Amino acid sequence: MPATAHIEFIIAAYGFGVVVIIALIAWVMIDYRLQRRVLAELETKGISRRSGRERAGQAASDEMSKTA
Amino acid sequence: MRISELANPSRFLGAANLAIPWLGGATVILFAFAAYRAMLAPDDYQQGATVKIMFLHVPSAWLGMLCWGLMTIAALGTLVWRHPLADVAAKAAAPLGAAFTLLCLVTGSLWGRPEWGTYWVWDARLTSELILFLLYVGVIALWRTVEDASRAARAVAIVTLVGAIDLPIIKFSVDWWNTLHQGASVFRLGGSTIDPSILIPLVLMAAAFTLLFVTLLLAAMRNEILRRRVRTLRLVQASTAG
Repeated sequence: MPATAHIEFIIAAYGFGVVVIIALIAWVMIDYRLQRRVLAELETKGISRRSGRERAGQAASDEMSKTA
Repeated sequence: MRISELANPSRFLGAANLAIPWLGGATVILFAFAAYRAMLAPDDYQQGATVKIMFLHVPSAWLGMLCWGLMTIAALGTLVWRHPLADVAAKAAAPLGAAFTLLCLVTGSLWGRPEWGTYWVWDARLTSELILFLLYVGVIALWRTVEDASRAARAVAIVTLVGAIDLPIIKFSVDWWNTLHQGASVFRLGGSTIDPSILIPLVLMAAAFTLLFVTLLLAAMRNEILRRRVRTLRLVQASTAG
């Protein structure tokens, strides 16, 4: 059997393999940049997980001062 | 740092940020070496040059099954131990497993056409592998369909545990049924039947694929943790605006 027999199937298989691997790498890299960008935008607006807790704490202390 | 300390998402992020560049570099080096050895591998006496498709097909088949195995452990982590990173790992792993299983199916078809004379037959090995791919698609759809993340995690965990039944079926299908697909030739009692000139590049490619999978899984888990932080901050934003 000549060495290049069915070469089109070999090229197609490796071509598809390269496409899948590049797509996976691109997916995780693009997603990472997107999440980092959105997080940075939210933090620029002064929103943090602490601000949520502070608001909850403020609401609780307001409630306590009303009942006192 | 102990492994148990990585259960904290912030500590996990720190460790992942440190590990991903090194793992990425090691993956590139190992892939380059494995591809070089695969390129130099001789043609098979029966298959000819098409044996080179096996260097993609076999590692992707192993990874498709390994990934579902990891998701099964993660499912137990979600349902039994309620590990904070278990459903993060499962959600991050599913698209990777789907991609490797698809790669296995496509490269198998491209090998089958010249060797068997057909792209596809409904034999037990090929059908059970196709079912694995459909299971991956199903859990990805489930994650996207159920709004509540914790409910989605439990539903996916149950489907994953049920779907794990497919793993031994894939592995032993060639022994239990009369299939066109060949029997086990690497992991078998009595040792591998493959000549070292082909076995060594195959094992190197499998190692490179596994390292790629680990790197991508860590990166995808990091993305998922960040996505959940974004979701939390948006909820905080909505509550402070209200």
